[in-house]
Amino acid sequence: MSGTLNYAYYPGCSGTGTSMEYDMSTRAVCSVLGIKLSDVPDWSCCGSTPAHTVDHTLSSALSARNLSLVEDMGMETTITPCPSCLTNLKTSGKRMEKEDFREKVNKLLDKPYNGTVATKSVLQILVEDLGVEAIREKVVKPLEGLKVAAYYGCIMNRPPEVMEFDDPEHPMSMDNIMEALGADVVPFPLKVECCGASFGIPRKDLVMKLSGKLLDAAEDIGAQAIVTACPLCQMNLDLRQGQINMATGSHHKIPVFYYTQLMGLALGLTEKEVGMGKLCVSPKAVLKAIGRKEKTSAK
Amino acid sequence: METVNITTSCDQQFVDLVEEESGQTLNLCYQCGNCTAGCPYSFAYDIPVSQIMRLLQLGQKETVLKSKSIWLCATCESCTTRCPNNIDVAHIMDVLRHIARREGYASVKTVKSFWDSFLDSVEKHGRAFEMGLLVNYILRTGRVWTDLDLGPKILPKGKLHFNPNDVQGKEEIAKIFERFKEGSGK
Ligand code: SF4
Ligand code: SF4
Repeated sequence: MSGTLNYAYYPGCSGTGTSMEYDMSTRAVCSVLGIKLSDVPDWSCCGSTPAHTVDHTLSSALSARNLSLVEDMGMETTITPCPSCLTNLKTSGKRMEKEDFREKVNKLLDKPYNGTVATKSVLQILVEDLGVEAIREKVVKPLEGLKVAAYYGCIMNRPPEVMEFDDPEHPMSMDNIMEALGADVVPFPLKVECCGASFGIPRKDLVMKLSGKLLDAAEDIGAQAIVTACPLCQMNLDLRQGQINMATGSHHKIPVFYYTQLMGLALGLTEKEVGMGKLCVSPKAVLKAIGRKEKTSAK
Repeated sequence: METVNITTSCDQQFVDLVEEESGQTLNLCYQCGNCTAGCPYSFAYDIPVSQIMRLLQLGQKETVLKSKSIWLCATCESCTTRCPNNIDVAHIMDVLRHIARREGYASVKTVKSFWDSFLDSVEKHGRAFEMGLLVNYILRTGRVWTDLDLGPKILPKGKLHFNPNDVQGKEEIAKIFERFKEGSGK
């Protein structure tokens, strides 16, 4: 099975900065699972939200430069951990299927994109190409005793015509992975609600309210931790948790993990290898409570 | 909300433009309100998204382009996902921002400045340089950064870089912007 899973890897800007633990843990987990990642050489920014609010040709050109680099690598599928990059790469790929639009975009580029690359999220290839059972088999330190809420954020699965993965209202891929790792997954009613996205700087009040609601809901259903697959969601819920407590008069102290960090632990990686020290809300107490039954020497 | 006189102010050209740029048929909206019900930002909008749709049908250019809502939409795609008539509502919101920019409307200046700072960074470095874009944003808006309390939380984690991590092919990216600006006459 392994050895055949081979992808071009697009880390995205936040992967080299504020979400470096996501990037670290993704690479580490893929390596344990025998998934080969080849970095897109000299990848550039996909333009994120700002570009598509200015113009769709510009936005697509920023994505297409990267897709054309993947073509140069001779690869067919590129994967990215970040839902925002994913949306941009996928949307421009879709839009560029139309010839007149592709021509317009290619006019902005040094080297044209021919439209041969498929983009998927790391999450998607984990559940579809590798499979949850293959992950289950590799667990050496089950996450027993951890009650976790899986939060997908708004755009990982929406709109369904573009994302073509999992369910747009009730996704289960991360829930299933967490369950396979031995965690106790609580049904999280707000799993696709928006966290406030990139409004943290220009309109912090919006993030306080929307992310505050997510933290309240997670606590109400008894989750000890939240897992996410999105750098922006993670940052709003983790880095800004103190601000949210101040703004809403709450007292949350709930760690917000990238799902790949918890995967890594369960697969036998150390806390350091999955970047646990990079989180703002300390995960110490929660991590201590995990796997008391099957204690291994992993530290 | 202000009263709109629909008989004297329907701008059909505007309706056509939005339809052309978004590829959507505005008349398909039958005002069920699903988009507004699911929009996480309705509480902050001056005009709910279903009313934006209605105002578009009626060609109310000025009212729509002036609205704060088009700048507060986060493109969360819940309206698009839930519209029973398969209207790509989020795409329309995007197109409204494009038109608003071209015609000089920016009702939520902080949001526009933040997006512009981000793109400046991409144009210059090929990637988003987080520290640089913050400084750019502060300069653009004259606003003191309200996140000073986050400094002690994030700096020890070594996640924020003080120097940009430039892409080798950054000229290629600068050229994308250059060609775009020439072409669109912006
Ligand atoms: S959900 Fe669709 S049909 Fe219903 S009000 Fe919104 S745009 Fe109109
Ligand atoms: S995409 Fe924009 S308008 Fe649509 S629901 Fe989300 S925030 Fe509201």
